[in-house]
Amino acid sequence: MIQVRDTPLPEAGKAVGIQTIGMTMRFGSFTALDNVSINVPAGTFHALLGENGAGKSTLVKCIMGFYHQTSGSLSVDGREVVVQSPKDAATYGLGMVYQHFTLVPSLTGAENLVINRAHVPAVINWAKERRELATFMEKMPFQIPLDRPVQELAAGEKQKLEIIKQLYLGRSFIVLDEPTSVLTPAEADEMLGLVRGMTERGELTVLMISHKFHEVTKFADAVTVLRRGKMAGSGLVSELSTKDMAAMMIGDVKLPELDTRLPVAADARPILMVNGIKAPDRTGLKSIDIGNLTVHAGEIVGIAGISGNGQKELAEVLAGQRPPEAGSISIKGTRYGATRQESRINNVRFIPEEPLSNACAPKMTVTENLAFRTFDVKPAGGNAVWLDMKRMRQRAASLISDFKVKTASHSSPIAALSGGNVQRAVLARELTGDVDLLIVSNPCFGLDFSAVAEIRARIMKARNAGTAVLLLSEDLDELLEMSDRIMVMSEGKLVYETPAISADISVIGAHMAGHH
Amino acid sequence: MEDGIGIWGVPLAILAGAIRVSTPFIFVSLGEAITERSGRINLGLEGTLVFGAMTAYAVAVMSGSPYIGVLAAMATGAIFGLVHGFICKFPKVNDIAIGIAMMQFGLGLAFFLGKPFIQPVAPRLPSISLGGWSDLPQVQSALTINVLFIVGGLLALALWWAFRNTRIGLILRVVGDSSDAARAMGLNPDTVRLLATAAGGALAAIGGAYLSLYYPGSWNEGISSGQGLMAVALVIFARWNPIGCFLAALLFGGAGALGPALQSVGVTQGYYLFYAAPYVLTLAILIATSSPTRALVGAPGALSITK
Repeated sequence: MIQVRDTPLPEAGKAVGIQTIGMTMRFGSFTALDNVSINVPAGTFHALLGENGAGKSTLVKCIMGFYHQTSGSLSVDGREVVVQSPKDAATYGLGMVYQHFTLVPSLTGAENLVINRAHVPAVINWAKERRELATFMEKMPFQIPLDRPVQELAAGEKQKLEIIKQLYLGRSFIVLDEPTSVLTPAEADEMLGLVRGMTERGELTVLMISHKFHEVTKFADAVTVLRRGKMAGSGLVSELSTKDMAAMMIGDVKLPELDTRLPVAADARPILMVNGIKAPDRTGLKSIDIGNLTVHAGEIVGIAGISGNGQKELAEVLAGQRPPEAGSISIKGTRYGATRQESRINNVRFIPEEPLSNACAPKMTVTENLAFRTFDVKPAGGNAVWLDMKRMRQRAASLISDFKVKTASHSSPIAALSGGNVQRAVLARELTGDVDLLIVSNPCFGLDFSAVAEIRARIMKARNAGTAVLLLSEDLDELLEMSDRIMVMSEGKLVYETPAISADISVIGAHMAGHH
Repeated sequence: MEDGIGIWGVPLAILAGAIRVSTPFIFVSLGEAITERSGRINLGLEGTLVFGAMTAYAVAVMSGSPYIGVLAAMATGAIFGLVHGFICKFPKVNDIAIGIAMMQFGLGLAFFLGKPFIQPVAPRLPSISLGGWSDLPQVQSALTINVLFIVGGLLALALWWAFRNTRIGLILRVVGDSSDAARAMGLNPDTVRLLATAAGGALAAIGGAYLSLYYPGSWNEGISSGQGLMAVALVIFARWNPIGCFLAALLFGGAGALGPALQSVGVTQGYYLFYAAPYVLTLAILIATSSPTRALVGAPGALSITK
């Protein structure tokens, strides 16, 4: 194919439209993307919906030049273009904001912006750059402190800085990959509202990958739904209901439903009691201070909060990974120090966030990882000296089939499993046997519809069987669906508590944002 | 003791010792700071240092110019760095293991090639006398400062400035903090690290040249007392900040001069214990400034020890 560069290069600040025609991408015999044609006119806000593995990111990567499509073509402003690399995409004004931040954490915002430019002078004149950045920022819908290292910014600010980076680099079409997964509802609304404003003024075209229907219905003009690599439907958002979109997304698959919530018994005994816990956070500059937190048997207590407000530290204290400076934790009335012995006696189980790195030995096999709770006890009780490999294998086989963990082999390293399957495997290990207290942190982060439904159903089942559950999550929808009570954590403290049934999202959001 | 100075000889001797002993630490730690800022550790700098000392001495003997000796040392140091960087770009190669191998290789090669140069005398690097205002010979001798110390101080300032104000400095920090971000920017982390390791090797070799051409100013197999290894610890202690490296090297040098200084004022008992002062000091400071519940501030994110 001869590369023709007859498209006039875009002007910064003037939206470009794109169109794909019959985009197909094959990896060997696997077709990841099958004849997908989408049209995103200039100055529109287009949503791309689909489950994990539906081909959303493959499509976007073809547009951005990370992949070279097997067949099909891409047009920018009505002219066909060949995009060989992200650099080519950049010349046509196409940019992308990734789900995982690509900002360099130890550099300041200004440094991150300047070093990403195509031409950086050998010696950077910061006085001049700062002046130019200040002029540039005046035109921006959001203000971000540019002189602080990016690692000190909140997730919402980082996300905004990523978008500002794309605009600074002169992109006029940007792909947003699940941009609100780390934001509070209020932050998400603000950010998307401002971005939508830019599309309405014709400064920007947006293609947003999302899982959240309410965002799509509120902000997008049109939507395209992918399922297993194929176009499952598309249309104007104003003409589609959430139900239509969900049906296009998952097809006729029946999702596991949550068990009916059994009422919490009035005399349910308190399982976990946390009193006056104080601990420094990982920067050592701030600390968490949990006054009083009680979780009863058969109850799910949800902890809401923007990431970085001490939830991780609280989970670490409860798991024994972070020594508290003051206060006490007791389980079923006895003091709890999170040793292996104590957690075994009290049937405490723990599912941390990012379970692959926090609850697994990534290079050990699935069988071995599944045996972490039991390998050192004999079936009859007492400490085991020799490993009973046969029993470990049998147990692993039954857990794998019970929890539908998809793995090539029981003896493959657990790191080879997909995120959802690692999560399922850890859930299988932690939820088997008697569980009196379950501490779960962001169990569904980054998982698709069916995996999420499955995992939530398992947790609800455990709750109905009398397990006390402490659920730390950044996803408010999840907390509202799962919890009996919701508490909000902000700046290391529990600042608000409400029964989930009468919870008001805007009040919770305000407390999350620190207005209390 | 001579008149007029008495006990003041101790701080003066510590100052002089700090300047004299710290110079190789300054160069090796600045070199290692560059390498580590790019996300790689080169533990082989002890070997590079000794090989640099041998090269500098041998070339100075043959050419008659200590400066050509220093340049030759830098060239061999850069080659050692390039070899380290080249091997490390292959997948599943551990930079620390390669560093240890390169250290042994450098030491062995230096002793092998350096045998004929133990006898001849090389021209020494010059020094600048800043003590002319004083009548006291002790003050004058303490303020006779070698050229390389001044160069090292300026270099620390220049690096500190360059890390934030130049394109190369920013690229180095990007690569050291996140390989993925660097690739997304179209940079090749392996190339940047290769060059950073070469630059680090060249600087470490200057440290070696100082040992053989200024203080102690001769070439033999016991010329280094682990400066190349201690400097790696100094970089962590200095939190990867070039000016911090300079100050840490001075502190370390000063602590090292404590033993000889006490000996010179007549303390005869237990001064050997003070020879251990730098190591005790390093241990104490590292323990005092570290914490199991806090992340290490300033550590380059892509460094293999922080993963």
